[in-house]
Amino acid sequence: MNGLIGKKLGMTQIFDDQGNQVPVTAIETGPCVVVQVKTTGRDGYDSVQLGFIEQKEQRLTKAVAGHFKKAGAAAKKVLREFRADADEEFEPGQQLDVGLFEGVSHVDVVATSKGSGFQGVVRRHGMSGGRASHGSHMHRRTGSIGQCEFPARVFKGKRMPGQYGNVRVTTQNLKVVRVIPEDNVLLVRGAVPGPVGGIVTVCKAIKKAAAAS
Amino acid sequence: MRTQIIDKLSKEQLKDGIPDFNIGDTVKVHVKIREGDKERIQVYTGNVIARNGTGSTETFTVRRISYGEGVERVFPLHSPAVAQIEVERQGRVRRAKLYYLRDRAGKKARVKEKRRR
Repeated sequence: MNGLIGKKLGMTQIFDDQGNQVPVTAIETGPCVVVQVKTTGRDGYDSVQLGFIEQKEQRLTKAVAGHFKKAGAAAKKVLREFRADADEEFEPGQQLDVGLFEGVSHVDVVATSKGSGFQGVVRRHGMSGGRASHGSHMHRRTGSIGQCEFPARVFKGKRMPGQYGNVRVTTQNLKVVRVIPEDNVLLVRGAVPGPVGGIVTVCKAIKKAAAAS
Repeated sequence: MRTQIIDKLSKEQLKDGIPDFNIGDTVKVHVKIREGDKERIQVYTGNVIARNGTGSTETFTVRRISYGEGVERVFPLHSPAVAQIEVERQGRVRRAKLYYLRDRAGKKARVKEKRRR
C-alpha cells in the first residue's frame, strides 16, 4: 500500500536548516479507514479501498450505507482505491494515518486541477499570439492551423482553444518536507493541483521508489 | 481546520527579539554568510524603504549607496540568516514605501531624522 487520501489545506513557507525559504503545501492526510480489501483470489487483483472525511449516514444511498456496514466502518464521503502487495495484511475498519509517509523522501500527488473554462491558445497552450499594435488585428488569435491543398485537412491533436483545467493532474516527485502526525498533516515542497480544500490522493513517488527503500 | 494549521506553521517560523523599526529608519542588518562550512557575519547598513507581507512571510527592503551605486536588498524578516537588526537612526517619513529615493541622488536622497518631542 503506498498512498492515502488527503485534503489540500493551502500553502505557506518555512525556513530549512540552512535558512533557505521553502515553499510548502500542507495536506491533511488521513486518518483514512479501510473499507474494502480486494484480493487476487476474489477480485483478480490486490488493492485496498480507503474512505476519508466523515459523512452523515442519512446522506448515503442504501447501497453505499450497506457497503460501509459490511466493513464495520463509519460513513465516509470519499472512497479511493490503492494498489497493495499480496503479502500485505489489511482488515476492513482499520485506520491508516500520515505515519505511512514517515521516512519517505518524495510523493506524487493526484488531484483535479482548477477549471478555467473555455480559454484561447495563449492561455491554454502558451502560444505567443500576434502583434499588439501597428494596425495588427491578430492580438491573441490562433493563427494558421495547417497547410494548403495538401493535406487539405487539419491534423488530429492540433492545439486549439477549448476547455482548460478541471482535469485529473498528477504532480510527480514532490519532496516531503515534514510529517506532522499529531495533526495528520503532510508538508510537501511546491505546489499541488486543485483548489484549497480540494480532495487529493498522495502516493509514494513511483519514480523515486528505489531511493526510498 | 485549514487556517489553524497554516497559522500554526507560520507561528512556528516567527523569530522573537525583532526590534521595532519603521520605514525610513537607518538599520544595521547582521547577515549570516556561509562559506564552505564556516559561518561569518556581515553587516549591511542602509535605509528601510519598504516592509512587505505579514506573519512568517514578512520581508523588508534596505537601500544603501555603495561605491556610488544604489543597492537594495530584500531580507525575510524571520529568516535565520538575519542574525540581528540594529536601529541606528529613526527617520521622519510621510509614506509607507520610499521608492521615490530611487530617482534621487546625493543630498536629495536623504531621509529627515525623527525629532522626539
